[in-house]
Amino acid sequence: MNLLTEKKNEVTIIFVREERLDAHNSGDLKAELAALFEGKEKNILVDLKDVRFIDSSGLGALVSGFKNAISHQGNLKLSGLQPQVKSMFELTRLHRVFEIFSSSEEALDTF
Amino acid sequence: MEEKKIQVDIKVPNQTRYLSLIGKIGEDIANELYRYSGDRETLAYHINLVLTEAMANAIRHANASDPDKVVRVVIFFAADELVIQVHDSGQGFDINNIPTPNSENVLEDRGRGISLIRSLMDSVCYRSMADGNVLEMTKKLL
Repeated sequence: MNLLTEKKNEVTIIFVREERLDAHNSGDLKAELAALFEGKEKNILVDLKDVRFIDSSGLGALVSGFKNAISHQGNLKLSGLQPQVKSMFELTRLHRVFEIFSSSEEALDTF
Repeated sequence: MEEKKIQVDIKVPNQTRYLSLIGKIGEDIANELYRYSGDRETLAYHINLVLTEAMANAIRHANASDPDKVVRVVIFFAADELVIQVHDSGQGFDINNIPTPNSENVLEDRGRGISLIRSLMDSVCYRSMADGNVLEMTKKLL
């Protein structure tokens, strides 16, 4: 899957450069998040501005990353959700779990 | 003049790489609906999502990720309803034994697919047939 990773200050930003985050590619994101936290990264921001479509597997990969963050005393936050993607977080109550920001710039200030 | 109604009947290999293709077909059908007056963009997304969820379930669970199996997807209209069927050839699963997301299980990695389908469609059933099973999802278009 096409992921672009950048480090700004103490935050690693993962830009998911895919139109869809679904059962075909979400395992890659889950593995990448696990590897980053295992590698001692503490603060990760996943930017979803290019993602037009997310399914339950995509949500599950992000939940897995969120739990990894907690177990490593870190943070995982989200930015750039398109309206239909955001509606999936609301439908599954996950908007109450994640800190969600409109842009990566806005999110970076909160770590 | 009677409205011409779309019906598709597709068989695809039991592989997740085809989720995008089938989801896109569902979106395209939503965009072709002659008389639908609701939020077409949202309907298209929802049809894409339920197809993706149902097909991923068929591929991974019912068909046990066997790449030699096929998933059959049928989309048709009955009265003012859009009916989507996803057929599998596996052992099936108990659709009534799937927990609904709540505050206690919100952090589970899995298990949101069927409940998402249920919340977006008007009726959902899963039944055995002679050569496998079918998940049938219906959406009223009034």
